[in-house]
Amino acid sequence: MMPQLPPSRAPFTKRHLLQIGDLNRLEALELIERAEVFLPFTQAREKKLPTLKGRTLVNLFFENSTRTQASFELAGKRMSADTVNMAVKSSSVAKGETLLDTAATLNAMGPDILVLRHGASGAAQLLARKVGCSVINAGDGTHEHPTQALLDALTLKRSFGHVEGLTVAICGDVLHSRVARSNVILLSMLGARVRLIAPPTLMPADVDRWGCEIYHSMVEGLDGVDVVMMLRLQLERMNGGYVPSAREYFRFYGLDARKLSYAAPHVKVMHPGPMNRGVEIDSDIADDPRVSLIVDQVESGVAVRMAVLEALASHGANDEVLDV
Amino acid sequence: MSEGLIHFINARLVDPASNYDGPGEVLVAGDLIRAVGPSLPRHPEARIINCDGHALMPGLIDLHVSTGEPGEEQRETLATAGKAAVAGGVTTMVLQPDTHHVIDDAALIDFITRRGRDQSPARVLAAGALTVGLKGERIAELGLMAEAGAVMFTNADKPIISTRTMQRCLSYATAFDGLIASRPQDPFLSEGGMMNMGELASRLGLSGIAVAAETIAANRDIQLAELTGAKLLIDMISAEATLHRIQAAKAQGLDVSASVSVHHLTLNENDLGDYRTFAKLSPPLRTEQDRLALVDGVRSGLIDVIVSGHDPRPAEEKRLPFDEAAFGASALETVLPAALLLYHEGLIELLDLIRALTIGPAQLLGLPQGRIEAGAPADLIVVDLGFPIRFDASRMVSKSRNSPYDGRTMQGKVLSTWVGGKPVFTAAE
Repeated sequence: MMPQLPPSRAPFTKRHLLQIGDLNRLEALELIERAEVFLPFTQAREKKLPTLKGRTLVNLFFENSTRTQASFELAGKRMSADTVNMAVKSSSVAKGETLLDTAATLNAMGPDILVLRHGASGAAQLLARKVGCSVINAGDGTHEHPTQALLDALTLKRSFGHVEGLTVAICGDVLHSRVARSNVILLSMLGARVRLIAPPTLMPADVDRWGCEIYHSMVEGLDGVDVVMMLRLQLERMNGGYVPSAREYFRFYGLDARKLSYAAPHVKVMHPGPMNRGVEIDSDIADDPRVSLIVDQVESGVAVRMAVLEALASHGANDEVLDV
Repeated sequence: MSEGLIHFINARLVDPASNYDGPGEVLVAGDLIRAVGPSLPRHPEARIINCDGHALMPGLIDLHVSTGEPGEEQRETLATAGKAAVAGGVTTMVLQPDTHHVIDDAALIDFITRRGRDQSPARVLAAGALTVGLKGERIAELGLMAEAGAVMFTNADKPIISTRTMQRCLSYATAFDGLIASRPQDPFLSEGGMMNMGELASRLGLSGIAVAAETIAANRDIQLAELTGAKLLIDMISAEATLHRIQAAKAQGLDVSASVSVHHLTLNENDLGDYRTFAKLSPPLRTEQDRLALVDGVRSGLIDVIVSGHDPRPAEEKRLPFDEAAFGASALETVLPAALLLYHEGLIELLDLIRALTIGPAQLLGLPQGRIEAGAPADLIVVDLGFPIRFDASRMVSKSRNSPYDGRTMQGKVLSTWVGGKPVFTAAE
């Protein structure tokens, strides 16, 4: 028997989910609340909901991402959508096909929702102008990763009961992090205080205008915080380009028990994954269930993506292309 | 001797060279202007052109134009660029040397100039490459190119990394008083940059180009101009900070001049909006404060020249994710109406604006055109200054239609264009 689901409160008016900035506070809260409703279903024995029956979801991943792709695929399948994965990197792009060629081809196949992961900032916006279906940005370059921020907010809500009033420190490679950008906007919107901690070379220009507190010292930045959100540092950025070495980075910006002791006693630690253990985070912390929310984040991920899919599916099917 | 007499009447003469903006008439004989005055005697055989009170001004001289010829004709040919130019009121264009085959010797200068004469309704002049193949290593044959007609020298978008090579280029060119243009951008600081560095770039997740990349390079070349006594054009500046360097250099008495593209006078970084690649330019569009400072630089004469920076790019180079899209805009057709936005907004007097598009560049290159006076070449345009247009890029004459002004309302329409006394463009009604 299909599980019963309470109806959604408000209709979702947006056609795409390209960046957190496109959402208002109410829409963001509604998506998070809705994801909370889905959470028990992801743990139930019978996991399928009929919401997206007959709809087609295409995962278009120009960059490898096992967990995000699996999360969207599972979310789609649990909502009964036909889910297709396209790993573009290996196929057409190698033959010189551009993003828009791929988009045109896919569009002709009439999908209802396209999930895009791409290495260039703004790729999702470009795609959204060229296809007739909804587009979900699953990470574009160093711009945004909106579903990650939503799942982080849900994780915080589950753990603390609220997001408002929390002090969250986002630490690490802020410069190249789409996760940081989406989280800064969403968490600020939801009433959290956001601190950014990074060496100056990994901090974006004019970041002081984002309305966050800026720190270059972990000890100062972590002082009294409720949540520490660690970011991944790409290994190739640790060989003298941005920071001198991995060991120097870990010494000053890696999360260990000593630095964490400056945070509030009830502090929780998050990481969008995949982790570089011993570079940005100590294994003892990452694996400590009293402190780490990393497993909860993955669980929240599927629920949030179900909520986003449901919200976007309230639109009609493949419409005309809004070319500009 | 009455052959080819053309008498422009009922004109509002706009001639920055004589600082005159008022009613007047112009008589053209053959390819030259024969007389200018408030009222000229009618010659029975003269063809009368009634300007109906519209502006009659020198045709525009554009010091920074790229085409795809030779080698990348899909972007633009000399013929299509020339047609676009005269439709936009540009009667002389100076072509950048960074074509597929770099214009770095006398034979290629000769080729471009001849081909321009045959194919383009606008006058075509060539800028020679400063170094062989634009590689920044060996000085190109500047003297031979100058003899063949090169009007200036530049390494285009490829900065000369070696300070010593740049010093020698500047030094060598003083022997024949050659003008050297430098596009100031430190290649290391700007590496991988896509737009102006700042809050917007950070938010969009695009790699930024700091203003310092421009000032560092401009500083270096200004100091080398001081060292060598060379005649230096700091080409296409984008930031207020650079303007301060230009001001200091001029105050010091150096032979340094500056140009700005019309885009940087009329657009700012916010025009990139939702990753609009058609506003992806090099140098990048900066802030509104920079834009207003540049406009003021033109007004005060600190900036000598306004260029189009015409850089035609076919759609397939632009309809890409922002990081992958080409820099540049197709601009010959919009240079005048876009520049006139500044006049209509009351930011600048008409004469000051038109000066940087006509006599300013003419004086820099020592050209006889760009002025309305007896004996000057009859390169003229009739312009309806107030004519409202909604710019439609799909109707552009240029082979590439990558314009950041698509859909924008502007004022100013070229009614007719005359090169050497010949009508080369007449606007459709």
